[in-house]
Amino acid sequence: MDGVHDLGGRQGFGRVRHSPKADVFHADWEKRSNALLAFAVKQSWLNMDEYRHAIERMEPRHYLAASYYERQYTGLVTLLIEKGVVSREELERAVGGPIPLSLPSAAGRPNAAARQRFKPGDRVRVKQDFVRGHIRMPAYIRGKTGTVVAETPAYPFPDAHAHGVHAEDEPTYDVAFKSDELWPNGADKALVHVGVFQSYLERA
Amino acid sequence: MGAVELAMSANDRRNIPAPPEQRVSALETALESRGLGAKSFVDAHVRSATEDWVPQNGARVVAKAWTDPAFRARLLKNGKDAVAKLGITLPAHHRHLVVLENTAKVQNVICCTQCSCTAYTVIGLPPDWYKDFEYRARVVREARTVLREMGLELPAEVEIKVWDTSADTRYMVLPERPKGTEGWSEEKLASIVTKDAMIGVARL
Repeated sequence: MDGVHDLGGRQGFGRVRHSPKADVFHADWEKRSNALLAFAVKQSWLNMDEYRHAIERMEPRHYLAASYYERQYTGLVTLLIEKGVVSREELERAVGGPIPLSLPSAAGRPNAAARQRFKPGDRVRVKQDFVRGHIRMPAYIRGKTGTVVAETPAYPFPDAHAHGVHAEDEPTYDVAFKSDELWPNGADKALVHVGVFQSYLERA
Repeated sequence: MGAVELAMSANDRRNIPAPPEQRVSALETALESRGLGAKSFVDAHVRSATEDWVPQNGARVVAKAWTDPAFRARLLKNGKDAVAKLGITLPAHHRHLVVLENTAKVQNVICCTQCSCTAYTVIGLPPDWYKDFEYRARVVREARTVLREMGLELPAEVEIKVWDTSADTRYMVLPERPKGTEGWSEEKLASIVTKDAMIGVARL
């Protein structure tokens, strides 16, 4: 989905608030929420693709205003309620107020029917896929052409794995894009490497 | 009480979510009541997140690569296997660790534009600024500008490669060994390697 989470290349943001001693956590609840996610994965209640998509499904104003761990908690609690592990009512009763959740999921999709194998040096184009469900293709590479640098071992296909749709594992390709082809006359010169699932690619 | 809050109706006030620590605590209590050991898992995980997943792990990897050419070759070929030899493991869903070698002519920088993925068991959990929208939006498009703003002014002839963590492959940067460190022990070398250098926003 083309959600507000897909930030690569968006303009209007200010300086990075960098500090060499930047904290990882700011409060105990952040550590415990992060740990509850790991517990849920260990119990096989959810997988990381479902989790990422649950965060992407947050109402955009909530997403943009929330801290990282507020987003993390919202994705986790949404899935645990959707899957019936806990009930919204029991949690809301316990806190005496609303528990904001992500919006409902759309349908996922299986791997592309015809997938090609590529090798380093091959020129590839990212397909013009527009989907309502989860996708791990950052929008800034859609329709763009790059060069394959490497192939990885196979992974679960996120567009399926985030939605309980059966799919085969497939490799990702490390594809190098020139920044001035991604944003002609609108980028600093660099090579941008993206891990692109095989289903998203066609030969250029 | 602020003007905005004063203007709210009683109904609006009932819709204000409880503070996150209460919402997280309610979820932990609900999961603990299932008898699956949620609380002890969370306690152990919080200890790991604060004590085990620290940048000193990656620093040991870097120092070893600087002093042991055979290890360096293994690390660049298969990062996950090589770091396992040093007792550093990645979560099961991180199936591949790619180590990116900086040279006098190449600066590698890692990011995650869609969420905030990192090889956290190796280089430590991501700092605030890595998870902030500014870094996620801008580093793929304005890498040189962003690095300069963060204090890293690169000579024009240095090529920048940005790596967007868009799949479950994880990355870490192998910084260049600074001049003047000849004859140092691995331990002393590791002490100068920072998380920022392994993300690629600083040189040593």
